Amino acid sequence: MHPLRKQRLQLVILLVAAAALVIGLVVYMLRENGNFFYTPAQIISGEAPQSTFLRAGGMVVDGSVLRSDDSLWVQFKITDGVEMLTVEHTGILPDLFAEGEAAIASGKVDENLVLQATQILAKHDEKYTPPEVADAMNAAYKAKQEEQGGSYK
Amino acid sequence: MIAEYGHVALIVALCLSVAQAIVPMAGSFAGYRTWMRLGHSLALGQLVFVAISFACLTTAFLQDDFSLQYVADNSNTLLPTQFKISAVWGAHEGSLLLWALILAVWSAAVALFSSHLPLVLSSRVLSILGAISVGFGLFILLTSNPFARILPFSPTEGGDLNPLLQDFGLIVHPPMLYMGYVGFSVAFAFAVAALIGGQFDSAWARWARPWINSAWVFLTIGITLGSWWAYYELGWGGWWFWDPVENASLMPWLVGTALVHSISVTEKRGAFRSWTLLLAILAFSLSLLGTFLVRSGVLTSVHAFANDPERGVFILAFLGLVVGSSLLLFALRGPVVQRQKGDAEAVSYSGLSREMMLLLNNVLLISAMAMILIGTLYPLIADVLDLGKISVGPPYFNFFFVPMTLGLMVAMGFAVFSRWKKTDANMLLQKGMVPFLISLSAALILPLFLAESISWATYSMTAVITLGASFWVVTMSLEDLWQKLDRGSSKAASNVSSRLKSLTKLPGSYWGMQVAHIGIAVCALGVGLSSVYDVQKDVRMVPGDRVEVAGYEFTFDNLSFVQGPNFGASRAQISAYKNDRLVAVLHPEKRKYEARNQVMTEAALDAGLTRDLYVSLGEPLKGDAWAIRLHVKPFVRCIWLGGLMIGLGGLLSVMDKRYRRRRKPSTQSSTRSKAAATEATAQ
Repeated sequence: MHPLRKQRLQLVILLVAAAALVIGLVVYMLRENGNFFYTPAQIISGEAPQSTFLRAGGMVVDGSVLRSDDSLWVQFKITDGVEMLTVEHTGILPDLFAEGEAAIASGKVDENLVLQATQILAKHDEKYTPPEVADAMNAAYKAKQEEQGGSYK
Repeated sequence: MIAEYGHVALIVALCLSVAQAIVPMAGSFAGYRTWMRLGHSLALGQLVFVAISFACLTTAFLQDDFSLQYVADNSNTLLPTQFKISAVWGAHEGSLLLWALILAVWSAAVALFSSHLPLVLSSRVLSILGAISVGFGLFILLTSNPFARILPFSPTEGGDLNPLLQDFGLIVHPPMLYMGYVGFSVAFAFAVAALIGGQFDSAWARWARPWINSAWVFLTIGITLGSWWAYYELGWGGWWFWDPVENASLMPWLVGTALVHSISVTEKRGAFRSWTLLLAILAFSLSLLGTFLVRSGVLTSVHAFANDPERGVFILAFLGLVVGSSLLLFALRGPVVQRQKGDAEAVSYSGLSREMMLLLNNVLLISAMAMILIGTLYPLIADVLDLGKISVGPPYFNFFFVPMTLGLMVAMGFAVFSRWKKTDANMLLQKGMVPFLISLSAALILPLFLAESISWATYSMTAVITLGASFWVVTMSLEDLWQKLDRGSSKAASNVSSRLKSLTKLPGSYWGMQVAHIGIAVCALGVGLSSVYDVQKDVRMVPGDRVEVAGYEFTFDNLSFVQGPNFGASRAQISAYKNDRLVAVLHPEKRKYEARNQVMTEAALDAGLTRDLYVSLGEPLKGDAWAIRLHVKPFVRCIWLGGLMIGLGGLLSVMDKRYRRRRKPSTQSSTRSKAAATEATAQ
């Protein structure tokens, strides 16, 4: 082979290898660090994996918030209108966290199907509902309607 | 009536921008100088009308005109006056109007300060800016009109501005950020004009450079202010969340940084031509992408105000049009620009040279941007493809961004010593010897003293790496500066005054580079050390309690109730002691804003160069108890100090004398040879 061509070929092979490495790394990191969103119904039905980091969201059930007297431990339930998921967290809750409002919890689901959350997010603005929660609620609502009466149509 | 005047002014501005988009461009092809000159007057006229429109909206806010939907949603009679003004850009419609205003300001600035440019070039630049403002004008008028009325039943009281935004940070952060975002439109317009004309040389780079640098300065300051605002106002002490909207501002900044470096090669050496043009197009495209991400409501974020598919579709279409057409133009004309008549001798440089160093800088910056782009868009793509709802967390971004930044810093140290065309590797190694030893010893020794106790358990490798990289950049920069002074002074060298005299002889762009590079080191130091030595405790406290955090004793003294203009607040008094000496008295608040019935945490902090004490009130628990977050954050100030230094560096570079010398367009070619000559003597 012509030396110049050989040099070019080497360069191309090097570039392809580097690109493959980078793409592989990106895909791997996205898989490792991408947190999936699940609805309470999906978690209760066992569809969501246990002991992987995930996010779950729904409306905080009225009267479900329990606090410890001597620590920052808190427990509450969130619902998508179908199932209720228990969430436990130790720490400070965000300002806009309230019963009857949307919240997203991220953490791991334990063997009792309780979400041990490391972070709780509430909406940023009173008018705002996180799109994931809105979608989950809508889907649950539709599913319920279909169950109750296909006779509607 | 005032709102209607504002609306009409906006429509007039749109008409003017249509004319600005068409007439000068047509004139530049037909060769009508009067048509070309018209662009300048139209740009000024457009500024006047957009400013009138903006003033009308501001007046509506000041007069509490709640018959305007936008005012009713974002203001309140009790809102303090300065926040009534900043509320103008506190939500979607008004922030777009601010965008339009800033675009008009940049266009008018181009019109005013382009008398030394060839008329064909300046008229085309203005025409392209006009086309962009047509897009934004239509967007505002068709989908996001801030002057829409609620009639006949208008409310008597407004819904108030989001409490998070009632802050000094919001007064300054968005205008700065937009000055940067929109400023890249000028770079974009210059690039497209160069592609249309097929002419792009060192003189062009010299004209475009101050514009690009100033936009970059604004963006730098804007991002820094945003991070600082998030730190003290969101209440929980984080300063960067890899939130999609933050990423949306960081991506144009990274490309802008690459552009700032690449255009210096184009100016000084005539190389990297098409690459520079591509970066200019990319920087503005990413600014538009940022607008799309923020404004379309596709993202869950602090900055997402509303879900409105119509707006999203409009911006996406506009983005597609701008990016598509400019890239098509680039594909067609790029090769023409790269191989220009008159410079038959190819611009050559060896494997180790300043060009290569700057290329490495560009490769790293663009790769970092690409990683962030993938991480930001992946959840959207996954959602569209029904792969599930995913969010990409900080570990992904840190994994890529941190090593790339370190790589940049290592290269940065060598780069200041590298020469154009060819650099001697031995020379670099020799210059690097002393700084390397200083950085190595600082990196190994200082972590011993920064940690609470001297032991292996608290000895942090992250701190070692951070300190090493930062000291490396600073010592290399200082060594270069020292040698420049040595060379500048006369034979009776060593006296101090002559060295100091030669300080003033160094060009502004050199100072700019030094200050900005040291700024990067300071910022990295802040990021690294604050993340290693940050101590945070969430505790339950009743008045009288005492808690120890990282050598500081915090006492919860008392709790009182205070009444603000539009909120009521529980205010705690917390004293911080070190070695039984009172260091600071902090007053964190939990506010309840009456109009929205919204609760907000107002953190209290005692700022210092080496550490911040940061206290915020969580929520009231049973009895007198409160959940309280106590933070000791070493060196966190350095993050924003570094950011400001980077911005200052850019500013020094903009003020470099050589951009202020005005030349007649006819001396274009002699300019280039002169530039080459000055460059040769400078080296």
